[in-house]
Amino acid sequence: MDTLKQKILTIIEKNSRIDMNELAVLLGTGEIEVLNAMQEMQDEGIICGYHTMIDWEKTGIERVTALIEVRVTPQRGKGFDDIAERIYKYPEVDCTYLISGGYDLMVILEGKTLKEVSGFVTNKLSTLDTVMSTATHFILKKYKDHGTIMTRKYEDQREMVSP
Amino acid sequence: MGKNTLLSEKTVGLKPSGIRKFFDIVSEMKDAISLGVGEPDFDTPWHIRDEGIYSLEKGRTFYTSNSGLRDLREEICTYMKNTQGVEYRWDKEVLITVGGSEAIDLMFRAMINEGDEVLIPQPSYVSYEPCAVLADAVPVVIDLKNENQFRLKPEELEAAITPRSKILVLPFPNNPTGGIMEKEDLEALVDIIVKNDLYVLSDEIYGELTYTGNPHVSIASLPGMKERTVVVNGFSKAYAMTGWRLGYACGPEEIMAQMTKIHQYAIMCAPTTSQYAAVEALRNGADDVRKMRESYNERRRFVLHMLEEMGIPCFEPMGAFYVFPCIKEFGLSSEEFANRLLAEEKVAIVPGTAFGDSGEGFLRISYAYSIDNLRRALSRLERFVTRLRENS
Repeated sequence: MDTLKQKILTIIEKNSRIDMNELAVLLGTGEIEVLNAMQEMQDEGIICGYHTMIDWEKTGIERVTALIEVRVTPQRGKGFDDIAERIYKYPEVDCTYLISGGYDLMVILEGKTLKEVSGFVTNKLSTLDTVMSTATHFILKKYKDHGTIMTRKYEDQREMVSP
Repeated sequence: MGKNTLLSEKTVGLKPSGIRKFFDIVSEMKDAISLGVGEPDFDTPWHIRDEGIYSLEKGRTFYTSNSGLRDLREEICTYMKNTQGVEYRWDKEVLITVGGSEAIDLMFRAMINEGDEVLIPQPSYVSYEPCAVLADAVPVVIDLKNENQFRLKPEELEAAITPRSKILVLPFPNNPTGGIMEKEDLEALVDIIVKNDLYVLSDEIYGELTYTGNPHVSIASLPGMKERTVVVNGFSKAYAMTGWRLGYACGPEEIMAQMTKIHQYAIMCAPTTSQYAAVEALRNGADDVRKMRESYNERRRFVLHMLEEMGIPCFEPMGAFYVFPCIKEFGLSSEEFANRLLAEEKVAIVPGTAFGDSGEGFLRISYAYSIDNLRRALSRLERFVTRLRENS
């Protein structure tokens, strides 16, 4: 991967709404070069989508985020891929990761009610043949997400003028 | 006047700081946006802070040796060797100071006899001239020029030299102009420096912040210069550690011994917590510096682009985190411009004259701010200059 693409990714990972012309200015290159690189990375599936970081807690809307540890029996010849697919195809699942260590898959459900989560775990997830056990954790408070500290606002504490 | 005079005439006679004056005006205005700071907007990287905290937890609350922690001095020697190819002996040629500023003061006091001249290129940092005066030197100002991108030219140096010239200050990368001296620029000075038996105070506090793609070159790395150069550097700018107050000087043993003597009586030793944190900075901070440098570079390009769109001329500064645009077309003095900008648009930008008379007609814009902050402040500047142009 060339350095321009890497630099673009570093910036848009933090600010996906940045104007392309401005991005070109920041990187000291032309807008065309930036647009081409962006297009290429979208075509290659390197850039997979753009999301908005929302602190839902401040909206007053009740939502829970659940992290579910899943232990499964791997299948001959297919490993974990098939069972992972069975799980991630459920629309209520936001993330599915294969994990090394004490369990196999990490499944994340975001923005559901407690009832929806328990319904999903008991009726859908646990009933899959290959699933041996699950352990569900609820997030109580987000301190930092995607590199952004949620609990305090940045405040410039420097003196207004200094030599 | 006898001993009944309350204050030192020399001190009273020092010019009040232009920055201070501007600061007093700005602090009256609560909601102003500032582009006026001379320090990073980053917090000190956490692993460095953590090391400082750890040293406190471990009860390392004692004095260190006058010259500073051995580990830190050794790390500085390694750093100088790796970045400049210059080898210093940690026990004789390195002194840890309270910020780079202390080292400036110490070098003058260690070397100056009354009437010796210190050559000070300006615009530059505010303390060279008063420190020289306090050390009984005669400051001789060399006015740097916009058309030379505020680099020091050999003919300018030569023209300022007299038989009393003793120390040349080389403040590059430069605050406030953002100008740098590249290897060729420095090489062009070496013969003149040697021929006239000058010593150099090379203030390289912004040495990690250059944007040419080539790392900063210290004049101490040029043949024949190590023995007549005191390199002043510190942790404030590169590692975003301004509040830790930690700097250092490397130079010839003879000079360092005298500097250490003054330091020992006036300061004792630099803050111990800061010294432990600085060891961590030098050992594991290179990647933080690289990231901050890249971020400054983006903002530098952003500010230059916005100034270009406004039609305000500005040479491309390749160092530090300042741009130094020329505002002569508006027919206002730097101070008038800055004061009106503050009053009418609530944007604080330091007038170039705060860094010497040759800063007249210029402003120092610091880009140690978020892009959003820069955009907000610069759009106000744009509105201001549009109005000035319409009314002229």
